[in-house]
Amino acid sequence: MTISPWVGRALLASALLVYPHLATDFWIVSVGAYAMVLGIIALSLTFLTAYGGMISMAQMATAGAAGYALAIFSAHSASAGMALLPWPWAVAAAIAVGTLTGILIGIVAVRSQGIYMLMSTLAIAMIMFYLAQQNTTILHGFDGFSGVAVPRVGGVSLREPLPFYFLCLTSAALLYALVIYLVRVPFGLVIQGIRDDPLRMASLGYRVWLHQVMAFAVAGFIAAVGGVLSLWYHGGISPGSIGITATVNVLIVAVIGGLGHPRGAFIGALVFVLLQNFAVDLVGSNRYNTLIGFVFLVIVMASPDGLTGLWRRLRGMRKGSLDGGVVTQKL
Amino acid sequence: MLSRKLRCLALVAGITAGFSISVSAQSTNIRIGGLATLDGPFVALGQEAFRAMEMAFEEANYTAGGRKIDWIKESSDGRPDVALTKARKLIEQDKVDILIGPMSGGEGLAIKEYAKTAPTKTFVNGFSAAQETTLVSPAANFFRFGADGAQWQAGLGNYVYDTKGYRNVAVVAGDYSFGYTQVLGFMSEFCAKGGKVIEKIWVPNGTKDFSSAIARIPNKADAVYIMMGGADSINFLTQYDQSGAKQPLILGSNVSDQTVLSAKGPFQRRLVGLPSAHMVADGIEDAVYKDYVAKYKKRFPDGLSSPSAPFYGYYVATKAVLAGLNQVAGDLSGDQAKFRAALSKLRLDMPAGQVSLDENRQAIANIYVTEVARAPDGSLYNKVVKVIPNVNQTLGQPREAFVARGVPSRDNPSCP
Repeated sequence: MTISPWVGRALLASALLVYPHLATDFWIVSVGAYAMVLGIIALSLTFLTAYGGMISMAQMATAGAAGYALAIFSAHSASAGMALLPWPWAVAAAIAVGTLTGILIGIVAVRSQGIYMLMSTLAIAMIMFYLAQQNTTILHGFDGFSGVAVPRVGGVSLREPLPFYFLCLTSAALLYALVIYLVRVPFGLVIQGIRDDPLRMASLGYRVWLHQVMAFAVAGFIAAVGGVLSLWYHGGISPGSIGITATVNVLIVAVIGGLGHPRGAFIGALVFVLLQNFAVDLVGSNRYNTLIGFVFLVIVMASPDGLTGLWRRLRGMRKGSLDGGVVTQKL
Repeated sequence: MLSRKLRCLALVAGITAGFSISVSAQSTNIRIGGLATLDGPFVALGQEAFRAMEMAFEEANYTAGGRKIDWIKESSDGRPDVALTKARKLIEQDKVDILIGPMSGGEGLAIKEYAKTAPTKTFVNGFSAAQETTLVSPAANFFRFGADGAQWQAGLGNYVYDTKGYRNVAVVAGDYSFGYTQVLGFMSEFCAKGGKVIEKIWVPNGTKDFSSAIARIPNKADAVYIMMGGADSINFLTQYDQSGAKQPLILGSNVSDQTVLSAKGPFQRRLVGLPSAHMVADGIEDAVYKDYVAKYKKRFPDGLSSPSAPFYGYYVATKAVLAGLNQVAGDLSGDQAKFRAALSKLRLDMPAGQVSLDENRQAIANIYVTEVARAPDGSLYNKVVKVIPNVNQTLGQPREAFVARGVPSRDNPSCP
């Protein structure tokens, strides 16, 4: 007897919808909503990696570009309550800036592959970090932006726990659906073809680099949405938000969740956020980073393709096939 | 498939319920959260902060106003967004009544904004010292029992103008809010006297190579005012010494810190006699202060040679909270209104002098102008040359005029 996977999905959806009505504000926003924000940014990386075979370290910087753009256009503590643009325009502009940043990074990054692409995107991320830190006229240097106003819709601030949770949930669900849709249409199939054999795709007449740049554009769009939500979540942005730690955190989230499937981004983000919040309670304030590192190590050692891979592997074992869960991952 | 998913969901629900229960089953203890930096560049300061809270709580035997105190610690890494996440966790998940922290300027600004969204809780600043935190649109439930970065420099401008005879000074300082704040504190006196700050060189945090900054120091400067964070200032001092520059230095509060003075290097010989100012000084010759140092050394044999400024900041903050709780007999009802009223009126006798609050809940406190001196055992310390009593946030100027000049920035103030 098999039960349609739709039943499981419906159960998951209803759990996500019911959850905020049962949990406290902390669990709704600081765990639930924040895991989805982080998951969206990690999703942009997982999309590039799982289907494009490309690893970009610049996804946090891309999200940061959108966040900075939105902060500049919004009212913040240094602007005396004045916003440059009405918020829908500001959000549109921020997402456009993020997508454009993704395209520009892509144009540079797709000239290299594998570890070299990782290094070049890391370099770009660091350039953006130092730009943010040293530009005092527009980006406010080390201090960045604080007290950024979050829009109100119909008298309700989008930053209230329930509206913010559902905003994040809707965005995450739509972006996840976008990724699942994209990889089934010709564009996504070409991307996957390029991942597996760029030479063959080129000889079939596809412009390899153009498709790869377009993949970066999609990733840039996804990261930009994450950047907008992240700005609203934190109420501000500073160079530290796009620094090396934040950059690496996105990679960690994606890796512990599993780079093989977009759902890994959200599973990884949830585990990461829970660890960040509760490691201190488990081992005390002096050693909590050790515990976080240890858990990551165990996950990666037990399952090189992350928690989603572990799931698949366990299922495969139960069915008695040894390679049931192994995903071939080409980087 | 279905049963597995169901089990998974049940697990999640169970965990959530478990946490909600553990929270709702609160005791009648007062819950106090501590937020400091046990990660990132300010680790040493964060350790001092938690030592300070521990010492203050132990002195009170973990009780205040007849109620036991539960102390919950959280660590940030100095970044505003991390501090915010941790503060949220302390308030929303750990349900603390009072939060003591954070450590650094940017974090302080973020926590102040957050305090406005949690009006039923009380926030007491740890060591963050950005001026805007309490000067511009303060939060009604955010208290700072330590002086801000501009106050820390009170007396220094007058001292170097009158006693040292400097007229033209160049500034090399960290390019962030705390740097601007300290430079403003120094310049407001120095410029009022008629001194000129002929060049301001802003260096990004974390700068390793200061050669271009040193090369830009004009020859006609009588002295150079410097203000950078811990490791940066050691790098600067080393390179300044190697460059053969002759001009004497004026030290911002962080540069005269014990973490810099006790660092080894040839630059050390240039430090003796250099003026600085802070809200506390290791050379205070006072029985109460010496007793405080002795207690620190006895309690923390593995700590520093003397309690640091962040230790003092968190110690005063914790003492203030305990004193406020004692006054209201631990009564936090009515959204803590009584407790906050008591805090606002506190007059605390602390090791480095009396502390009281102004109408923005910002400390009025003594400031110590110091000169680096060599102790008989060869170590360097800050010898007190002048005490400026009861320095307020507007440095003695009328509030409207002071606020109207705007928040400190690269170009504010200016007297070239």
